[in-house]
Amino acid sequence: MEYMIRLEDLTKRFPGQVAVESVYMDIPQGEVVVFVGPSGCGKTTTLKMINRLIEPTSGRIFLEDEDVTRINADRLRRRIGYVIQQVGLFPHMTIASNIATVPRTLGWDKQRIAERIDELLALVGMDPEVYRDRYPKELSGGQNQRVGVARALAADPAVMLMDEPFGAVDPITRERLQNEFLRLQDEVNKTICFVTHDVDEAIKMGDRIAIFGDDHRIQQFDTPEMILSHPANEFVEDFLGSGAALKRLHLRRVREVGLTEWLTADLDEDRDTLRRKLEEEADQGFLLLLDPQRRPVRWVSNRDLERAAGPVADRGLPVAAIIEPHTTLHDALNEMITSNVGCAVVVDRHGAYQGVVDIDTVMTAVDVLRSELRERLAVGSWHAVPAEEVTS
Amino acid sequence: MPETTTDPDLVREPSSDEDRSALAQLVRDPGRVWGYVGVPLVVAVSWIAAYRWVSALELDSIEQRWLNAERVTRAIVEHLQLSLAATVLVIVIAVPLGIVLTRPFAKPLTPVFIGIANVGQAIPSVGLLFFLALPFALGIGERTATVGVVAYCLLPVLRNTMVGIQQVDRALIEAGRGMGLTRGAVLARIELPLAVPVILAGIRTALILTVGTMALATFINAGGLGDLINGGIVNNRTPILLTGAVLTAGLALLIDWVAGIAEEVLRPRGL
Repeated sequence: MEYMIRLEDLTKRFPGQVAVESVYMDIPQGEVVVFVGPSGCGKTTTLKMINRLIEPTSGRIFLEDEDVTRINADRLRRRIGYVIQQVGLFPHMTIASNIATVPRTLGWDKQRIAERIDELLALVGMDPEVYRDRYPKELSGGQNQRVGVARALAADPAVMLMDEPFGAVDPITRERLQNEFLRLQDEVNKTICFVTHDVDEAIKMGDRIAIFGDDHRIQQFDTPEMILSHPANEFVEDFLGSGAALKRLHLRRVREVGLTEWLTADLDEDRDTLRRKLEEEADQGFLLLLDPQRRPVRWVSNRDLERAAGPVADRGLPVAAIIEPHTTLHDALNEMITSNVGCAVVVDRHGAYQGVVDIDTVMTAVDVLRSELRERLAVGSWHAVPAEEVTS
Repeated sequence: MPETTTDPDLVREPSSDEDRSALAQLVRDPGRVWGYVGVPLVVAVSWIAAYRWVSALELDSIEQRWLNAERVTRAIVEHLQLSLAATVLVIVIAVPLGIVLTRPFAKPLTPVFIGIANVGQAIPSVGLLFFLALPFALGIGERTATVGVVAYCLLPVLRNTMVGIQQVDRALIEAGRGMGLTRGAVLARIELPLAVPVILAGIRTALILTVGTMALATFINAGGLGDLINGGIVNNRTPILLTGAVLTAGLALLIDWVAGIAEEVLRPRGL
């Protein structure tokens, strides 16, 4: 099986208007495909035709080699996870019952459902003991959206459809949810169709991107890198907007580039040791203080240490720019610029210090990206580049 | 131990000492206690006052014929029976009808049914009873009274059932359908539970309307507390009229009180 989902000449017409015009698409197993485009371009309609919430006017849908265009829609949908922007958690049900919706419909036994609930809550980073019996209104927007994702994953569907899942949360939560989603996807490896109107989100999240145009057709369906470097037509170019070069930084993650070591010290080390360390490494004006769990706490400079006595932990500047290995270079650069020291601190899942990313790291990565692209163009096979090659 | 993030928005820890039982809420909010105790207290006081006033009076023969335990009890029992029967009928008719009318296939029928129910509401209730009691309709008596009151009280329940179901967030229905719940499952597990508070409010309104309107049943010889009120008027005996009126009003208040508690208990948690 070469693909998980295949759309064949899929068209939707509503009385008096066309919503989607002749979409062909093969979606490989385990890939995140992002549908992006201006509003009214048919991206959401296409998504909803895959689980037949909207019945296609013509064309065929295949799921795992099976023609599902005519089979029972309810049974089809139980095989496909579905996440919507409004989250749609049932407010009169506990978090556990919400997650249990599909397993219960499928007739799983109680024990299995209970185990699955706990497993999923843990997977999306929520303590089952705390949240299992809570109601959606007792949770924050971000937490609710995670439960929404857990609910969609409940029956372990091979395919997930996500309709602007992070559209209704604030920008900070949104970025966090995006990063968590990517980490989750590494674990669960689902085939995902994801609708957004945000180009940056598309580039960040997608293994492939389908850009829909005003004529309700797909303008380009390719990897983010190819779309950024070789937009198929003027529409795509306009839609990507300016700063395509900057957007390419979305394609590299921090873990893919070398981290720089920074001068670190433990919180409990005495002042003189710290000062000596700083003097030895004169080019690094700041010292990164780590707590016993090796979590970054403060930046301190020599001048901070000279001032009057008192706990070292109160000296210097708080560490603002903290990123994780799966952060994209684009976001890392953004953090770096806002940071007061000019570099972003990379921590692992437990918040422990790993290294730092600075502007030189980013520049090197840009060079590599550029030369990679040149090589590929020289070979002349750029339109057939599988996503895994691009990101590895 | 599962991973938890350090984002303050994402780890809004629910306070574990939060006790959401009804009793705990009462303790925290003494004002609510009066909501529960106040109504029966007022009713009891007014009933006792009326009883003491009437017993202190020298009753003449007409008054004695009306105001004895046997007759008053019978009037109350009749009244309650009629009201209960009418309410049960209202619920049995209006709730399923309201559900059916919110189904997609019934969209064209909706205005028709609302119109019919509205007519019932627009005609004064006495008129409705007389209208139904015309010889070629149902004749006089309890059956006619029940039918009339049912027709009169149908609207609030019908309308609230429809509104209650229609106001359910479309996103929830889409989420349910998108997960593979059938139409029936979405209705039973999502739409109806979420409509319960609104439907209950309609039933509560209907209950009060029923108990009040049933006082008019006396005009078509169906008994009830209206007998006392009307008897007091035609015989020009204030104690009889007053007893009937105080009992009817108190009964309506008490039933509203019970319905209010039922609403609290039956409302789905989490809303």
